[in-house]
Amino acid sequence: MNYLGIEPVRPRVALFSFTGCEGCQLQLANHEESLAEFLAAIRIVRFREISSSEQGEYDIALVEGAITRNDEVERLLAIRAQTKVLVALGSCACYGGVNRLKNSLDPAVMNREVYGDLSQESLPTRSVGEVVTVDLEIPGCPVSKPEVERIIQHLIWGIPYSFPAYPVCLECKQSFTLCRFQQGELCLGPLTRGGCRAICPAGGLGCWGCRGPAADPNYPEFFAIARQQGFSEREINERLTFFGGLEVTP
Amino acid sequence: MKLNLDLNVSHLTRIEGHGSIRVRVVEGEVREARWDVVESPRFFEAMLKGKGYRTAGILTARICGICSIGHCLASLRATEQAFGVTIPPTAASLRLLAKHGETLQSHWLHLFFLAAPDFLALPSVIPLLESRPELFHLARRLRGVANRLSDLIAGRSTHPVSLQPGGVAVIPSREKLLILGDELHRSLEDISAAVELFASFRIPDFIRETEYVSLKGEATYPWIGGRLLSSDGVEGAEEEYLRMTNEYVVPSNSSKWCRLSRPSFAVGALARFNNNFRLLHPEALQAAERLALSPPCHNPFMNNVAQLVECVQVTHEALRLLDELITDPQGEIMAPVTPRAGVGVGAVEVPRGILYHCYEYDAQGYILRADCVIPTTQNNANIHLDLSALARRYAVEGMSDEHLELLCSMLVRAYDPCLSCSVH
Repeated sequence: MNYLGIEPVRPRVALFSFTGCEGCQLQLANHEESLAEFLAAIRIVRFREISSSEQGEYDIALVEGAITRNDEVERLLAIRAQTKVLVALGSCACYGGVNRLKNSLDPAVMNREVYGDLSQESLPTRSVGEVVTVDLEIPGCPVSKPEVERIIQHLIWGIPYSFPAYPVCLECKQSFTLCRFQQGELCLGPLTRGGCRAICPAGGLGCWGCRGPAADPNYPEFFAIARQQGFSEREINERLTFFGGLEVTP
Repeated sequence: MKLNLDLNVSHLTRIEGHGSIRVRVVEGEVREARWDVVESPRFFEAMLKGKGYRTAGILTARICGICSIGHCLASLRATEQAFGVTIPPTAASLRLLAKHGETLQSHWLHLFFLAAPDFLALPSVIPLLESRPELFHLARRLRGVANRLSDLIAGRSTHPVSLQPGGVAVIPSREKLLILGDELHRSLEDISAAVELFASFRIPDFIRETEYVSLKGEATYPWIGGRLLSSDGVEGAEEEYLRMTNEYVVPSNSSKWCRLSRPSFAVGALARFNNNFRLLHPEALQAAERLALSPPCHNPFMNNVAQLVECVQVTHEALRLLDELITDPQGEIMAPVTPRAGVGVGAVEVPRGILYHCYEYDAQGYILRADCVIPTTQNNANIHLDLSALARRYAVEGMSDEHLELLCSMLVRAYDPCLSCSVH
C-alpha cells in the first residue's frame, strides 16, 4: 500500500483495558466494511480481548476504561513508560465515564451493599489523564469507529487531528432529525461536542453528553432553558453528571 | 517418574475481561485447580439507587460492551413489570429483532475471533487475513450483517438508543427492513459454510454431569421473559430468580458465584439447547445433527457448537419477524408509562445465558434497590469445578504444561465468559 509513491509507516498499536465494559475495544473489531483495510494499515501487537499474541514494543497505546485500583495505576504507569503515544479511548478513559457515579457514594456502604463482609479494593474513579499524561483523547460511549479510523489515518501520515468544535445540534440539523428538546425531552445536544453524527437523537433519544463539551458551551443559557421547560434540578443533574465530561449545575 | 505440572495463566487472552487460571499437579495428584475473576469491581447496583426509571436502561447497558442490548432489555422489562406496563406487540417484535442481532454478533465474535483460533492453532484471527482470507471474510461478513441488524432496530449495536421504557422509540422504514431481510437471507449460505468449518474441528471429548438453567420455552425457543427451568427439575416464576441463583461471595474473586441443586450449575447456549431443543427450527435441528450435538449434552466444550446452532435458529426467527413487520401494517410501538411504587424482575436470555435485573421503585419512579445477576456469575463455580475435573482427567503421563494450558484455556473460553459483566 502506498500513496503518491510514499510508503506509509504501519504503527505498532497495543490495546489495554481497565475498569469498563470493553465496548470501545470491541468497536475496533466492528465496522466490518473496512475491517481488513484497518487491520492492514496498522500492526496490532497487543489486543488481549481477541488475540493471544504479544509482540515486543509498540508506538501507540490505546487505553480503554477508567482507573479504580492500585494494580491498574501500576499497569498504566508501565504502559506510559513504554509507549510513544498514549491515547485515551472512550468516555471512561477520558472522563471516568459512568464509573464516576460511584464517587458520590460512601465507599464502605457501597462495598458492603454489593460484597457483604468480603469487601473489595476500589479507589475513587479517575480518568486516565488524571493518572498519566495523555497525548490524545477520543471520547464517546462507545467511541465511533469511523472517527477512530480517521484519527489513525492522521497518526499514520503525521497530520494533526482536530475534533469538531460544533455541538451535536448541528449534526441533527444536517440530518433533518427533529429536535428532541423541542419535543419536550431533555437533550444535551447544545452542550456536547459533535462528530458522532447525532445517532442518539436520530434513534429517538436525547443526547446524554458522552463526548464531553463542544467549544465554548453556554452552560448558563442551557440551565435557564432546561428549567424553563420544566425539567427538575434532579433530572438535569442526573443527565449532566452521567459520563463525567460536563460541568454540573452551578 | 510421577507427573508434575504447574500452570499459571494470568489475564487469560481471547475472553472478555480479566480472569486467571491456576492448576498445580504434584506427583500425579491435582493439588490446585482454580478459576479466579480479577476484574476491577464496578458497583452498578449501588450506582442505580436514586436514579430515575428512564436512566436505568441507559446506565445498565454500560455494564457490558458485548451484550448491552440484553442488559437494556432486562432492565426495561424489570421497570415495566414494576409499573404494570405491557408493551405493544410490534414493539416486542422489534426488541426481539434487536436482541437477535446481538445474539448473532456476540456468538460470531466468540466463535470466530475467540474460540476458532485454538482449533486452527493460531494466536488470533488476524493472521487469517494472509493465510486463509476466505475464512476472515466469512467471519467479517457474518458479524457485519448481525451488527447492521442491531444498528437498524436499536439505533446502535453497542449501547442501544431506541429501546426505551414502554416499547421502542422509532421503527425503521419498510425499505430498510426489506434491504436488511435480503441481506440476512443471503447470509444463510455463509452460515452453512460456518457449520461445515466447525464440523471439521475436533472438539475435546470431556463430560462432567451438570445442572443446566435457562428460561423455559412454551411455544417458541425462549429469549425474553417467562418461567425458569433447571435440568434437575427445579422450576420457578421469573420473580423467583433468587431461588434459582443463590449468589454468594468467595474470597479472591471480584465476581460472585451461584449454586442450585448441586455445588454449581451452568447457563448459556448449551443450557438453552438442553432445556428447549424441542422448540428449535428444523434447520437449527439439522445443524445440530451435522455438528453431532444431541440433548442432553454434558460436554462444556460443546457450548461453542450450541452457539452455532443458535445462530441458525436466530437467523430464521429474525427472517420471520422481518417478514411479519414488512407484510403486516404496523401499529403502536410505545405504551404509556406511569411510575408507581413496586418491584419488578426482568429475565432475558442473553448470549452467555440467563440474565436477571430486579428493581424496587418508589412512587415517583426512582430506584430504591437494584439487583443484577449475570450469566458469567452463574457459570463461575461450574468453570472452577470443570477445571478440577479436566485436570484430573488429563493429568496423566505424557501431558505437558503447554498442552494442559491449551485445554484449560479452551475450556474457559468455551463458556464465553464476560468478566466486565460479572463484576458489575
